[in-house]
Amino acid sequence: MPLLEIRDLHVHFRTHDGVVRAVEGARLSVDRGRTLGIVGESGSGKSVTALTVIGLTRFPNATISGEIEFDGMNLVTLPDKQMRSVRGKRIAMIFQDPLSSLHPLFKIGWQIVEAIRTHEDVSKKAARRRAIDALREVGIPNPEKRIDNYPHELSGGMRQRVMIAMALVLKPDVLIADEPTTALDVTVQAQILDLIRKLKDEYQTAVVMITHDLGVIAEIADEVAVMYAGRVMERTSRETLFTVPELPYTWGLMRSIPRLDAPRPGRLDSISGLPPSLIRLPSGCPFHPRCPYVMDVCLKTEPELEQSEPGHLVACHLAPSERQRIGRELQAQYNA
Amino acid sequence: MLGVIAGLLMRPFRSPMLRYVVRRVLWGIAMLVIVSALTFIIFYLFPSADPAQLRAGRNPNPGAVAAIRHSLGLDKPFYVQYWLYMKNLVLHFDLGYSYFNQTSVRAEIFARLPVTASLAFGALILWLLIGIPVGIISAIKPRSILDRLTMSGSLVAISAPVYWLGLVALFLFANDIGVLRLFPGSGTYVPFSQDPVGWFTSLILPWFVLAASFAAFYARMVRAQVRETMTEDFIRTARAKGLSERRVIFRHGLRAALTPVVTMAGLDLSGLLGGAILTETVFNIPGVGRYAYDAIVNSDFPPIQGTVLFSAFFIISANIIVDVVYAFLDPRVRF
Repeated sequence: MPLLEIRDLHVHFRTHDGVVRAVEGARLSVDRGRTLGIVGESGSGKSVTALTVIGLTRFPNATISGEIEFDGMNLVTLPDKQMRSVRGKRIAMIFQDPLSSLHPLFKIGWQIVEAIRTHEDVSKKAARRRAIDALREVGIPNPEKRIDNYPHELSGGMRQRVMIAMALVLKPDVLIADEPTTALDVTVQAQILDLIRKLKDEYQTAVVMITHDLGVIAEIADEVAVMYAGRVMERTSRETLFTVPELPYTWGLMRSIPRLDAPRPGRLDSISGLPPSLIRLPSGCPFHPRCPYVMDVCLKTEPELEQSEPGHLVACHLAPSERQRIGRELQAQYNA
Repeated sequence: MLGVIAGLLMRPFRSPMLRYVVRRVLWGIAMLVIVSALTFIIFYLFPSADPAQLRAGRNPNPGAVAAIRHSLGLDKPFYVQYWLYMKNLVLHFDLGYSYFNQTSVRAEIFARLPVTASLAFGALILWLLIGIPVGIISAIKPRSILDRLTMSGSLVAISAPVYWLGLVALFLFANDIGVLRLFPGSGTYVPFSQDPVGWFTSLILPWFVLAASFAAFYARMVRAQVRETMTEDFIRTARAKGLSERRVIFRHGLRAALTPVVTMAGLDLSGLLGGAILTETVFNIPGVGRYAYDAIVNSDFPPIQGTVLFSAFFIISANIIVDVVYAFLDPRVRF
């Protein structure tokens, strides 16, 4: 049984404009020492799914149903108090912008010590020693000095390392990383991904990596879930995704990656149209207004997430053989 | 030119903080000179009444008026008068003498400062004690009954002019004319050194009246600050760490939200130290504000100039102090 399994998760928010269906029937799972990559555009429900796992979408206007099973507990119905002892201690989360995610007016050491002492009954001194060790482990030079820095005194990459140190200092079972490299320089991005991978292997942490960047997925994910309009539309291993992608939306994502080694096309391919409104979704398949392969059935019925090949789930009305042919061609062209 | 002088004056100061403070103090002094000159010009170019005429009594003979004018130095050109005034101020810290009763302006202001300070500090404590908690509670429970009540109530308090609110308070609660005779009314102020209890009770109504609009304004400001802060990313991080909501709000949220309140409180207090003219007048409290009011009514220039300068001095110093204190509250601030 996987360590963390999300089954049929629905997250709706009531707003003045109507009900926002942020997540609709998501199914995901991740195991110790593995990395699940969740990829999708803004508004595809990936962040809301992650925040729901640690109970941070329990707003008065939210309706959450389905199951999030973690170590025998259902995190959807877990009482707030117990949720707090899971959050930060057993499931930790890091965010996109490390400058705004760290409190600007507290020293980084204070913030890490607070995380330790919230969950473990240790002295300030001992917690400080552990904070220094954690900073050293994430590759911050001179941690004895750096621990008394404020966030604004560190570079972007160092700040994200601090966030990682704060998240991993309690050795959580699951680390959720929500676009952890998006706000960083390209060179620093690779370092941060390497660090996450190294720490994951060392502690056998389960990692959920949320990103809109297929490059990050190629770099770090073991399994991949492609989300669109709050739904998981394709789920498979990284290898399969990059050899035989079967979803028209995934093809669109892949075509829109700029390439340096291929002759430059007139302009970059992009998926036409805009992500749908989560209040008024299109009928049938939510991707149909933007899909170049749209058929009559796509306007009427929503495709189920079904097995196409062993270990490859796809929600699409196109015939599997057709999807595989187009996917292979696309990748062949791409890898040529 | 000024920049070059400022640059030369800055040379000996190494620490950026010290350089900043010295620069600000120099500019503050320049501001005081400008304020005094403006007050002088306004008084002499647009005279409300001739001070010599006022002093000479009813139907004076022209010789007496001229003699008074000469003895007050009013027959000299105004720039000479200004020069003499500034010379006395800088060399002897002498603010001149009232045209009206020949008392020393400096002595009067110093005698009245404790009175004004009693009023201002008491009101400050009161409005912070009311405004901050109300603002926090409204921010945490937006759209609750309490939020709606306090926020609409605060609009009333902000809109009510002090002189009106003061008269209403006297009418309702003063122990001489009030409907409910609860607190000492107008003109009952006694110094703390004479009668601490009398001092306290006589200031209860003025404190509340003066604090009302400030408390309302602060409640609204704190509410907006806290609500904005609670949407910040670092609040989400604090929650993701598994902290209790109480700790998220009070430790992480308020630390960031209340920093600007310190600045505001310093500036507002300094404004009042120069004299809470309306409150002191309505309640007949013998403070600096009442002194300024009387001086304006009597066209008595030296006290007007003296109180204006004192007021400007407090506001300028508070600005400098607040900016320096802010550097300690927010480590991101650098000079």
